[in-house]
Amino acid sequence: MSNKIMQWVDRRFPLTSFVKHDLSEYPTPRNLSYWWNFGSLAGIVLVLQVLTGIFLAMHYKADVAQSFNSIQHIMRDVNYGWLLRYMHSTGASAFFLVIFIHMARTLYYGSYRAPRELLWWTGQGLLLLLMGTAFMGYLLPWGQMSFWGATVITNLFRATPFIGDQVVVWLRGDYTVGDETLTRFFALHYLLPFVIIGAVMVHLIALHMVKSSNPSGIDLADKDNIPFHPYFTIKDLYGLGVFLMVYFGFALFFPNLLIEPANNIPANPMQTPNHIVPEWYFLPFYAILRSVPNMVGGVVAMGLSVMLFAFMPFLDRSKIPGGALYRPIYRLQFYLFIIDMMILGYIGYVPPTDQTIVIGQIASVVYFGIFFILPFTSKIEEKWLRNRGLPAQVEALIASEELQIAQKKSGGK
Amino acid sequence: MAHDEALGDVGRRDFLFKVTTVVGGVGVAAATVPFVTSMNPSADLLAKATTEVDLAGMDPGHMRTVAWQGKPVFVLRRTEEQIKLAVASKGVLDPVDDQQRVKQAEWLVVIGVCTHMGCVPNLEGEGWTCHCHGSQYDYSGRVVRGPAGKNLEVPPYHFSAADKLVIGEA
Repeated sequence: MSNKIMQWVDRRFPLTSFVKHDLSEYPTPRNLSYWWNFGSLAGIVLVLQVLTGIFLAMHYKADVAQSFNSIQHIMRDVNYGWLLRYMHSTGASAFFLVIFIHMARTLYYGSYRAPRELLWWTGQGLLLLLMGTAFMGYLLPWGQMSFWGATVITNLFRATPFIGDQVVVWLRGDYTVGDETLTRFFALHYLLPFVIIGAVMVHLIALHMVKSSNPSGIDLADKDNIPFHPYFTIKDLYGLGVFLMVYFGFALFFPNLLIEPANNIPANPMQTPNHIVPEWYFLPFYAILRSVPNMVGGVVAMGLSVMLFAFMPFLDRSKIPGGALYRPIYRLQFYLFIIDMMILGYIGYVPPTDQTIVIGQIASVVYFGIFFILPFTSKIEEKWLRNRGLPAQVEALIASEELQIAQKKSGGK
Repeated sequence: MAHDEALGDVGRRDFLFKVTTVVGGVGVAAATVPFVTSMNPSADLLAKATTEVDLAGMDPGHMRTVAWQGKPVFVLRRTEEQIKLAVASKGVLDPVDDQQRVKQAEWLVVIGVCTHMGCVPNLEGEGWTCHCHGSQYDYSGRVVRGPAGKNLEVPPYHFSAADKLVIGEA
């Protein structure tokens, strides 16, 4: 009977072939490590955020007079409201943690390189959408940090040439962050996750076109790919179990660790808290903003610091396949970048003093420097490694790739 | 040729195609205007243009923060010493005479929004300090330390009586 129903469906909609092609029999490199778990984890966190968010929206009120109290109502009176809210606020941090690891893996193993540039760029778009959604969501509790965070960030748009002031007023719908701002941020905070779901579909279509990268950096022969189900469904599920332990550890035992205490004070437009900090996931970028003495320069530097990742396929000019695993100089740059990010994060967190400003400026220069020297270091490193002698198979691979590129170029003419 | 005859005047078709594209494009652009404009401040917000402040009972050195168009405005009754400090310098990063920033030397009226990122500075030290990014302003509201590059803005205001201040109207 069910067989007949499936046949009936398959004549009208490619269900069975889709499931086989893209899920159960989807060819996946057999050598993927646990670093490849974070893509599917990000998808699961997205589902968690949408789910908890929709149920929170049933109790939340987007109005300056009511929003702060509606959060207290959710926390105290709504059945399991505390759980929904703590899952949602912890979920935001979890989302960024998972995405940052996902990006770090891509950078370490060079997964952004051809032919996966579009996959990387759709990911970059997803990062921007995630940042926008998180930023708008942070205004909704209408605490002091919510208000002043939104004030500072909307103020960044004053850097727009010629019409900066008008753009800021237009974004806020008022001369200051107010009721209009809160209502529109709520509307957009509800909308953007669905835009993200759409963008994730595009990301996955791009992935299934070029298939997953793997730690070796070499596209595997068919015999080295194994079906996604059951091998990777089970591996992803195991990773999910570990993730959920950490996630609920935070959500249930330390839910306030990542919520700034000042956000438990209702927003006061007449008084800025003595020490305002963004959420931890924005700290490195915020430190770069603060390091530039000029406002427009700071905004441009911060924007660039987020967008530079998109240029990686162009900046990395090495022909040696794979990422940091086989490239000592690149590996050094990678770890330097991670350490630099941590320093920037710390500088973004502490109140500005003359000393921290200097450290922040040095760390910012290092941040951009790592990107800007990559075209040269990657070439030098390639020369050095090839002179030292690569395995014959790797040289053959490089030669065949060069031949392909040459053929494409002459074929185009 | 027979082909062209079947299609009629090809040049005319091309022209019509281009005109339709342009008119359609203009129509779409025009249709975005109400949506984009709806996000600007509404009429009731624009109507709250002025704020009246009662200055009675403010001693020298006393500051009040009042809301004007939702923004904090600092009204400081400066002491002799503060006036002396303010007149003595021209500011650092955005130099201007103190006389040009006040109507009566005793009263300083400035918008209490840091010109860097929009935080509200606190009255401390020799003027105001913004805790968000460390900008400092003197007793004339002029910036003496970055990252802010401009002085605190002076709103349009006038004294309607000896102890009545109207902000929003020069």
